[in-house]
Amino acid sequence: MSIVFDHLSMRYDEQPVISDLSLELPEKGIIGFFGPSGCGKTTFLHLAAGLIRPDSGVIRGLEELRIGVVFQEDRLLPWLTAAENLDLIIHDRNVTAGWLGKVHLSGQADYYPSELSGGMKRRIALVRALAFDSDLLLLDEPFQGLDQSLKNLFSGWIREASAFKPVLLVSHDWAEIEDLSDRIYKVEGPPMTAERIK
Amino acid sequence: MRIFIGLDDHNAVNRGDIRMQDHKKIRPRIYSRSSRRTSTGMNIWYWFAAAVFWTAVWQASYMVIHNDLLLASPLQVLGSLAILGRQPGFWFSVLYSILRIESGYFLGVLAGTLLAVLTVRFVWVYRFLYPVISAIRSTPVASFIILALVWMSSGRVVIFIVFLMVMPVIWANVAEGIRKIDPLLHEMAFVFRLTRSQTLRFIDIPSVSPFFVAAATTGLGLAWKAGIAAEVLSTPRNSLGGLLYEAKIYLETPDLLAHTAVIILLSLLLEKLLVSVLALAGKYFHSHGRSEVTANIAVREKVPEAGKKEGGTV
Repeated sequence: MSIVFDHLSMRYDEQPVISDLSLELPEKGIIGFFGPSGCGKTTFLHLAAGLIRPDSGVIRGLEELRIGVVFQEDRLLPWLTAAENLDLIIHDRNVTAGWLGKVHLSGQADYYPSELSGGMKRRIALVRALAFDSDLLLLDEPFQGLDQSLKNLFSGWIREASAFKPVLLVSHDWAEIEDLSDRIYKVEGPPMTAERIK
Repeated sequence: MRIFIGLDDHNAVNRGDIRMQDHKKIRPRIYSRSSRRTSTGMNIWYWFAAAVFWTAVWQASYMVIHNDLLLASPLQVLGSLAILGRQPGFWFSVLYSILRIESGYFLGVLAGTLLAVLTVRFVWVYRFLYPVISAIRSTPVASFIILALVWMSSGRVVIFIVFLMVMPVIWANVAEGIRKIDPLLHEMAFVFRLTRSQTLRFIDIPSVSPFFVAAATTGLGLAWKAGIAAEVLSTPRNSLGGLLYEAKIYLETPDLLAHTAVIILLSLLLEKLLVSVLALAGKYFHSHGRSEVTANIAVREKVPEAGKKEGGTV
């Protein structure tokens, strides 16, 4: 069943952020949202994640869905090591160790987030979302701080995941969106409007 | 998982038991054994040198004042301590003082923590209690002791006064800690479907622990100050405060200083004990927190330690 955003409206401090937005997402594939910072993309992603509710309108098809999210911030627990942050979500140390190896962080498994670079933390945040058994993947500027080879590595896994579930990719980087997305929306605002351009 | 605690306990940090509240990048494992030994050794020498210096200042002051009623010498105080140590009554006083003060302290910690949770959760509880707790915080302890002496027996006065001094400190700090829990982490817990107990264990308790530990150690110092003051004024049987009062009445300055030294020593020892217990609690949360997630699988499938080997299979 596809996910439908039906006439959504949302205000922050009396300012309209999203106004009468309607979209229907496909059941699989990467859906890219490209637009400048501050146009409402992240708010839209938070609505999709169920973190906030719209002032009006409905979202259908999200009920009971398990959602993996890469937030704009890494949101790692500072008192847990890299491995423990993943263990908390993955529930299997072998899988955690495997993922850490694949993203070249085996040597940093016992490091706390404050001891990791920005790119390392981003890798952990991405792995957490990819390894989580989800029905929908939401990625908010997922590649910030990553070099090209790591971007390619994660892009491959995101493509693999999109064969079975919808992936919402939000970015202000056109190259990222164009390279990965099966469907692209150009986003402007606020209030956010989304025009399909691919 | 490490529980960050806000203490300036460098030895504990070096041992790796605790981390500093300011999240400085202190990585106990990167210290070599020799550097740790040197650091601890240096600390001991500094302590020893400071102790020798201040004892010399004390002795010099004694010699200048030259009046046993005004100031006893270090040797006289040591002599008093040796005599006190042989008297069972003294040890009873130590025991009962500890029992009274610690009872009030633990009641204060318990009530302060519960009230903090309630006042953050329900605004009306905060509005209802805030004026009372503010009044308690700004009222001189002597006023409360004298009032309490009218209301209850002298033994209970001490427990009540310690409770009154500790509870507001714990309440204010823990409430502040709860308010400062990062909502972004709660959002992360929500989307990744962490259970309530996991959220409590992995987000709430570690977030609040620096505030709790800072308040608990500050509260312990306050408890001893207020508790002994209450004992001096209420003079219950078998109490260090009562012995202090007697020493003052009979102008036994060496005894007065000896009792004061015992009180300082007890307060410091109990603070160290508290820090150790809290560090142990941090380790408990570490092992149990992690095992909750992985232990069942690990035991069943004999999964090797994660993160100890390079690479792995997916």
